[in-house]
Amino acid sequence: MGFKQWFDGENDMLLENLHMNRAFEDHIKKEPSVQELKIEDTILMREVYDDSNKALKAFNWIYRVIAVLFCIGLALVLVYTVSNLPEVGNPDTPANSSVVSKRYIENGLEETGATNIVAGMILTYRAFDTFGETNVLFISTCCVMILLMIDEKILHKYKNIGEGKYEPKDDSILQVVAKILVPVIFIFGIYIVLNGQLSPGGGFSGGAILGAGMILYANAFGFQNTQRFFDEKVYKTAKITALCMYGLIGSYFYIMGANGIDNHIPLGTPGAILSGGIILPIDIAVGLEVACTMYAFYALFRRGGL
Amino acid sequence: MEFVRNFPAISILACMFAAIISSGLPRKVGRVVNYSLIVLVGILSLTTFIYTLNLGESVVYVMGMFPAPWGNEIRFGVLESGMALFFSIIMALSMWGGRHKMKDEVATDKEFLYYVLVDLLFSSLLALIYTNDLFTAYVFVEINTIAACGLIMIRQNGRTIEAAVRYMVMSLLGSGLLLLGIMMTYDITGHLLMSNIKEAIATIPPTGGYVEPLLIAITLMVIGLCIKSALFPFHSWLPDAYGYSTVSSAAILSSLVSKGYIFLLIKIFYRVIGFDTIANSKILNVLFIFGLIAMISGSLSAIKENDIRRMIAFSSVAQIGYIYMGFGMGNEFGMIASIFHILSHAATKSMLFISAIGLTDVSHGSRKFIDLTGSAHRNKVAGVGFLVGSLSMVGFPLFSGFISKLQFMDVASALSYSKMLPALIVLGISTILNAIYFMKTVLRIYTPLEKMGANRAQADVATNTVASRVGINGVVVEPDFILFKNEKIYGIVIILFIALNVALGVCSNSIIAWIKTGLEMFS
Repeated sequence: MGFKQWFDGENDMLLENLHMNRAFEDHIKKEPSVQELKIEDTILMREVYDDSNKALKAFNWIYRVIAVLFCIGLALVLVYTVSNLPEVGNPDTPANSSVVSKRYIENGLEETGATNIVAGMILTYRAFDTFGETNVLFISTCCVMILLMIDEKILHKYKNIGEGKYEPKDDSILQVVAKILVPVIFIFGIYIVLNGQLSPGGGFSGGAILGAGMILYANAFGFQNTQRFFDEKVYKTAKITALCMYGLIGSYFYIMGANGIDNHIPLGTPGAILSGGIILPIDIAVGLEVACTMYAFYALFRRGGL
Repeated sequence: MEFVRNFPAISILACMFAAIISSGLPRKVGRVVNYSLIVLVGILSLTTFIYTLNLGESVVYVMGMFPAPWGNEIRFGVLESGMALFFSIIMALSMWGGRHKMKDEVATDKEFLYYVLVDLLFSSLLALIYTNDLFTAYVFVEINTIAACGLIMIRQNGRTIEAAVRYMVMSLLGSGLLLLGIMMTYDITGHLLMSNIKEAIATIPPTGGYVEPLLIAITLMVIGLCIKSALFPFHSWLPDAYGYSTVSSAAILSSLVSKGYIFLLIKIFYRVIGFDTIANSKILNVLFIFGLIAMISGSLSAIKENDIRRMIAFSSVAQIGYIYMGFGMGNEFGMIASIFHILSHAATKSMLFISAIGLTDVSHGSRKFIDLTGSAHRNKVAGVGFLVGSLSMVGFPLFSGFISKLQFMDVASALSYSKMLPALIVLGISTILNAIYFMKTVLRIYTPLEKMGANRAQADVATNTVASRVGINGVVVEPDFILFKNEKIYGIVIILFIALNVALGVCSNSIIAWIKTGLEMFS
């Protein structure tokens, strides 16, 4: 009965059965129509911008024309350049035939112990660049914190900050789906992190999946439930441990290598899960850092704190 | 291998570790970590500098088990380690000089993030100085950009947010162009290591199809770095970013961040392309022209400005123009003059920013010139600092600015007519313009308030220009005084800045000799 009515569009099956957040006062207020908004906008624009200024108008027009012409010119130059670059896929191009890529491909497995050449390249041969790249994530979270972090007292006082004005609270469909999906997502993420040296994946992609799982959990069950296992303290500990771990392994690797001391981290048998020398621990560290960053971005944008 | 060779790598890694650990520490500990880090890096750089000076050649340090081009490497000679030492001195003085303002400018619960940002910014500057790999340079350019954005907007008011957005848009455009250039270079040569790219470029036949893409790639890299270091047509982000951020940020951004990019550009000229190739191409002529325009237009904007910090910021545009004009002269002596000007400008500009904050502090925080009248009498140390900085900028003998102007004149007079005449004329005009706006400010801050007459106060009431000085009942509130004994650290920082400036001016011969040997080791 209910289904048929819903199917015919007579009433909404979900209405009345769902616990909704109490609407805010400002929300109840009648919203102005589009027409009124447009009129207000024109009045405002007229106040702000002086329409009668002919020189300014001419300048704006010329500015736009020059900008378009410049962009077209730049695009043409770049297209011309690209057409003159070496062909993609040609084995004789400088990038494909240089000594650099040759060693990565031919000796990569033997020297790094990773069947995934890309992981071997970015985490063993060029581990320093990747440490820098991980720090880019770290510093971008710091910048978002500067912009969005709210004082902790306010966060404690208004516990429902970020619960959303218009979304249903404790949405049962979302919760059931999340209950099934979140463990799977976590396991998949951990699999990708741990398998970085064997197959495509690694810390960056696996960490992004872990972070996505946490965001789904926070969406379904609310921040208070998430805080039971992931609050600011855990976040800071996890982030600092992960980065320090990478830093320590990295420093050991750089300084030992530079001084000609042998590397004592075993490479393992290629193809086994415990192989790849420093790749596996670094992948774990990067995965942790990326997951923390993803979730921190979400939480900061949503409620201004973890 | 001597243990000293590890020091550059250790200083980069120490900065990164300090940043990571500070993010979990309370702000006071973070501050101590930050200050001791800068001192540590200074000591390490000094040791490296002495070591390379005695060694007489540059050192290649492999970061990891695999030698470059497969792994990462850093390379340092006299110029690099000396630059790192100089940067740590300026960094320390800027941080200490802005220390007393920190509590007014930055929210207490976010102050620890300031030290995280400064630590990482320092690591990226060191990496830009030491690296020998284009991609490593790009990664640290990214860190540098984001950290600089954070340093601008950590003082939260509308203007800094706007300035940070502007800075970010322009700076990301620069990074994007740099990345495009690096990618194209890799496509043509198959290398990312600077020395290998240079070898590969030398083997490119002049008639083959790769000549034009190479030219475009170089152009993109140069334009990208010009945007990031605020050369003339790309300078519109600069006055807001330097004028409204915290005083330490302004000093660091103007004297270190833009210089880091310029140093990377010098590195690209010498190590990636080869100085002879770049000198024969027309790129340097373009830089020469824009440098000349920047020298004039930056000074003109500074003259029009009514806000002391924005005026100093606009003066930076002109000074960056000097540096690029030196590049544009297209010979080694021009390069030496430019590098000397990098040092001179870094030392002077940070001193001006730090002194200016002392002057505005005793004028109720107002930066308008009319309120700054007589402020040098109320804060004597800051006044002397500003005086010395202005004299150095104008090119008064004994100070560093004189030597760099002399160098530029010297190099310019040996050029061909087509370059000599514009260079000399613009140098002359720019010096006069510098003198106009700096001397105007110096006269203003040394004019005693009483001399302006009692009717000044009435005029203020009438025009309402200085609402802060006039109390509720129309009673004139006297500006406060700051004595040396009240702010000892600030005073000592200013004195150290003056000493550094005089040292650069007096010991110029040995410094120029150092730059010369450094450049020889460089390529």
